[in-house]
Amino acid sequence: MTSIKGTRRKGVALHAVLLVGLLLSAFPFYWAVIMSTHTSSEIFTYPPNLLPGSHFLENLRGLFDAVDFFGSMGNSLLVAGSVTFLVLLFDSLAAFVFAKFDFPGKRVLFALLMLIFMVPAQLAAIPQFVIMAKLGWIGSMTSLIVPAAANAFGIFWMRQYMTGAIHDELLDASRIDGAHFLRQYWHVALPVVRPGLAFLGIFTFMGQWNDYAWPLIALTNPDNVTLQVALSQLNGTHGTTDYGMVMTGALLALIPLLLVFAIGARQIIGDLAKGAIK
Amino acid sequence: MATTLRKPPVADPATAGGSRPRTGARRYWHLYAAISPFYLLFLCFGLIPVGFSLYVSLHRWDGLGSMEWAGLSQYQYLLGDSDFWTAVGNTIVIWALATFPMIFLAMVTAVMLNSAVRLKNLYRFAYFLPNVTSVVAIAIIFGSVFSTNFGLVNALLQAVGLDQVAWLNTPWGIKIAVATLMTWQWTGYNAIIFLAGLQTIPGELYEAARMDGAGPVQTFFRITLPMMRPVLLFVLVVSTVTGLQSFSEPQVLLQTTSNDSTFAGGPGHAGQTMVLYFFQQTFDNNDFGYGAAVAWGVFLVVVLFSIINWRLVQRRGED
Repeated sequence: MTSIKGTRRKGVALHAVLLVGLLLSAFPFYWAVIMSTHTSSEIFTYPPNLLPGSHFLENLRGLFDAVDFFGSMGNSLLVAGSVTFLVLLFDSLAAFVFAKFDFPGKRVLFALLMLIFMVPAQLAAIPQFVIMAKLGWIGSMTSLIVPAAANAFGIFWMRQYMTGAIHDELLDASRIDGAHFLRQYWHVALPVVRPGLAFLGIFTFMGQWNDYAWPLIALTNPDNVTLQVALSQLNGTHGTTDYGMVMTGALLALIPLLLVFAIGARQIIGDLAKGAIK
Repeated sequence: MATTLRKPPVADPATAGGSRPRTGARRYWHLYAAISPFYLLFLCFGLIPVGFSLYVSLHRWDGLGSMEWAGLSQYQYLLGDSDFWTAVGNTIVIWALATFPMIFLAMVTAVMLNSAVRLKNLYRFAYFLPNVTSVVAIAIIFGSVFSTNFGLVNALLQAVGLDQVAWLNTPWGIKIAVATLMTWQWTGYNAIIFLAGLQTIPGELYEAARMDGAGPVQTFFRITLPMMRPVLLFVLVVSTVTGLQSFSEPQVLLQTTSNDSTFAGGPGHAGQTMVLYFFQQTFDNNDFGYGAAVAWGVFLVVVLFSIINWRLVQRRGED
């Protein structure tokens, strides 16, 4: 009897602590809502406002006057969308080859892939910038899309996934039926690895959407940037004057991502964790 | 057609489609073609650039004019460059301030999540949320939380009668603010990974420990922690590699209090990390030659530091 009571009390305490953690995780989002619904003078009051105010539309208007919000959001969508499409195509093709076929040089090429995993971005940043400048890509979204169109992580991850998910018997059967490589890829491999593609797609999209350092350097025209760079510009110029407006920008920039995450959360969380303990 | 499957196929692969036997490149060309996009991109935007950056680091170059041979002088200068070493120190301090609380909190969270059966999915979702949000937006929000004049942290300090702190203007305030942001963003992510690790520990082990009369603390240190070592190592290495290359967090958080460069990392460069210093030298000062040397310096520091961390955790495992 006492032990049951004890466990229940323990359970309540456990949930109380976990709930505190949950509130801490969520709090900055709530704080952004509060800040974006107040004017700067309201923000300066003490004690601080802890409930949403009524000036959201005003801040929104200020935001749209200060930056080309939808233009930069469009650029972000273009970059993240194109990269996601290309990564899914190129990575899954390469992963299919590495998972299911043998050919001379396979082991060396795969080892090279793992090595590439570890090359830090800033080592390549200067020459990349110079190459892009020579190609005339600096300032355009091409400079973000092309180098990101295939990556070592995705190939490695999809290979692990495909090795188990695609049965050799299926490939054998399709080959006897006369299906050649691309048909096998399209009709045998892709249908069974759709969940894996969903994970890689969401993961890639979020990574590209949030990318900041390289776009900051490569997008030299301040009027034609991605959302993250636009936000940073906004913070740099208005960050010490119009807090409510800047915070409105930050909040709006989070929304598309939160939507994508809400749709794919279960898969993302499960697959990432699985990858780590392999 | 001309494919060789892992399992020996029924018919000879070279003749399976009724086609003539083929050899070498002709037989495998479609496989090479399928993997080529990545390797081509890597060649153009990875391998050649990395090699070229070594070449650039041996020159004086502003990125536009002609390159001038400088030998190892850029590296010589780097060794004596106190600004670089300040940045190395800042990076390591911020990394430590962020990583140790983060790993501790993540482990505690994971153990609790592992025993709380109800609402587990809700918790996992909420704890993971900070990690998927953009650093820029989050850094702006944290900037307001740590603001000197209206920030929430200072309001709390005032409420309990303590002095206010100019968080984004003082050396330690800056480091704590940046580290707090990182801890907030990565604790839940690592907790989920730890949780996955915990779930692979066989229940019989705990059963046996309970039969032997082990308490929860003993069980944690004798069973959970040793079994979690590989996952812990993974988390530590990833945190080291990403944490030592932090850029966006200090850049956005401190851009409004930096006065000489947007990559300065706040007043007195107190929040300037190694990668921020690299950006300042390269893209603010247009010193591509020295910037390339700094990039290699950063790379070496990260590699060395990762090896040290790895060894420390491994050795403790052998004791």
